[in-house]
Amino acid sequence: MSSYSITEPSPRQKWVAGTLVILYAVITILPLVWIIATGFKSPSDAISYPPKIVFEPTLEGYVNLFTTRTRQTEEYLAANPPQTWADEIVRQYDMVIVGPSRYGERFLNSVIIGFGSTFLAVFLGTMAAYAFSRFRVPLKDDLMFFILSTRMMPPIAVAIPIFLMFRSLGLSDTHLGMILLYTAVNISLAVWLMKSFIDGIPREYEEAALIDGYTRFQAFMKVVLPQAATGIASTAIFCLIFAWNEYAFAVLLTSGTAQTAPPFIPTIIGVGGQDWPAVAAGATLFLIPVMVFTILLRKHLLRGITFGAVRK
Amino acid sequence: MTDGLATRAARATPPAAARKIRGLSDRAIAWIFVAPTIFLLLAVNIFPLIWTIRLSFTNFRANRNREVEWVGLRNYERILTDSDIWLTMQATAHFLFWTIFFQVLIGFALAYLINKNFRGSPFWTTVIVLPMMLSPAVVGNFWTFLYQPQIGLFNYVVEFFTGIPASSFEMIGSVNLAPWSIVIVDTWMWTPFVMLICLAGLRSIPAYIYEAAEIDRASKWRQFWTITVPMVLPFLMLAVLFRGIENFKMFDLVVQLTGGGPGSVTELTSINLKREAFEKWRTGYASAYAIILFVTVFGLASIYVKALNAVKER
Repeated sequence: MSSYSITEPSPRQKWVAGTLVILYAVITILPLVWIIATGFKSPSDAISYPPKIVFEPTLEGYVNLFTTRTRQTEEYLAANPPQTWADEIVRQYDMVIVGPSRYGERFLNSVIIGFGSTFLAVFLGTMAAYAFSRFRVPLKDDLMFFILSTRMMPPIAVAIPIFLMFRSLGLSDTHLGMILLYTAVNISLAVWLMKSFIDGIPREYEEAALIDGYTRFQAFMKVVLPQAATGIASTAIFCLIFAWNEYAFAVLLTSGTAQTAPPFIPTIIGVGGQDWPAVAAGATLFLIPVMVFTILLRKHLLRGITFGAVRK
Repeated sequence: MTDGLATRAARATPPAAARKIRGLSDRAIAWIFVAPTIFLLLAVNIFPLIWTIRLSFTNFRANRNREVEWVGLRNYERILTDSDIWLTMQATAHFLFWTIFFQVLIGFALAYLINKNFRGSPFWTTVIVLPMMLSPAVVGNFWTFLYQPQIGLFNYVVEFFTGIPASSFEMIGSVNLAPWSIVIVDTWMWTPFVMLICLAGLRSIPAYIYEAAEIDRASKWRQFWTITVPMVLPFLMLAVLFRGIENFKMFDLVVQLTGGGPGSVTELTSINLKREAFEKWRTGYASAYAIILFVTVFGLASIYVKALNAVKER
């Protein structure tokens, strides 16, 4: 190609485009920066008027997030000196730590339900996608569309019968129930996405393996799966992010044992309303994994969000 | 149904491939691989759907143990003639129209700018994409803090850019501004989605088309309207389809932001449905409501997909 191209933007165009995009990026990232910053503010700094940009960082929000506290008499406080740095933080309000909060449990529930449903959805979805990609399944297009159409139902609409079904099967507020439910919701994404990845693997590899005496199943295990590894990994991350972020089913079908973090975080309250530093701390810990995943996924992001319809 | 499907799957598999292979035949594998997925979806989607249809003809209440009566089409009649439901439909329509309008406008503009490939564009693209991947409920809850008139960041940013005093307006509390407060957060969150799809569209246009246009001395303006826009249009329409379906179902973000209030100005259909089903416990009525919503989404989406295919074939 020559050094001059009529389709290549001029340096000035690039400069203008870059400035505008960076301006947008800075504004759009501001709420996220604010969440992270608020997690390190003291409650009075968090609700100061006007909002504080420069503040003295403290771990109070994180201490409040993970503990339950109670007010104590001065004699008690004098008799029991603070044991840890966390104790010292709550002492400024004449409080003592009496135990852990529910945040840890809820976070763990998110991990168990997220990973469980992701594993199942990707496992089943990869198999179905292989069959749809390689065999002449009758009514293939209709079945694929049926699988996708399960995603069009508003979650609240599906929640009514699922609520009744779970109640009669004893699955309400259980990890198993939530794992099965999220698997069913995620499987449409897993099938569509994995089909788009498997479609991209040349059939010739398997055919060569079949000629070498592999069975079809061996060819699938030893030839197709290794080739599809990147696809499986990105599909898994997308399923995990969905299960991680899901709120509507979680708030309607769980209340205690199996409640995940999204319905829990907004209920973190302190004195006179929401304890914003603690909420922000909880949100930060909950959002950071997804931010990391998004950065890892950036090459496959487009394919994932369009169910494999746009491959780039 | 699964059984009939399996035998048909088996018959349809080409005999050439299935011939003389040790272990499972292709036809067996095809159905073993597809069956669990179909079974799971039948159990968790289709069975409940049929159950919902059944319930929609009754006066069942999930919180009571009384005799269930068949009421025929009465639930449907009541919903379609209820003026409150038309108000929530209007709120939903307002939300749908403006979120899609802003997301398409800003998303396309951003994609167009990023496609200029300035230095560092991949990095900034990743930064812009972040809000889209986060939990809407958690983020929505935090936005109520950002929207607080005295202590929230949002009002101060508005003051910084426009000079309107920060404490003079309240986004969530006021009837006039609340519908816009949810549009703003949704636009903040989902503009990157439209942007990514538009970017893929822009990158799919081969350079030689622009080169040919340049040789023909077509102006940049003309190139934009006769090459760029028509070639990105199918992508843009796909983005609108996805956003349309998602926002029609919208629940988590808005319920955390405004809870449908003040009054019911931001009570979108999903929030209204949740009230009927899980607060008032009118299960039969809510089932009919759910069916109406499903038919609406499904119908609109099917018509839209036809239009999309027509644009693609042009």
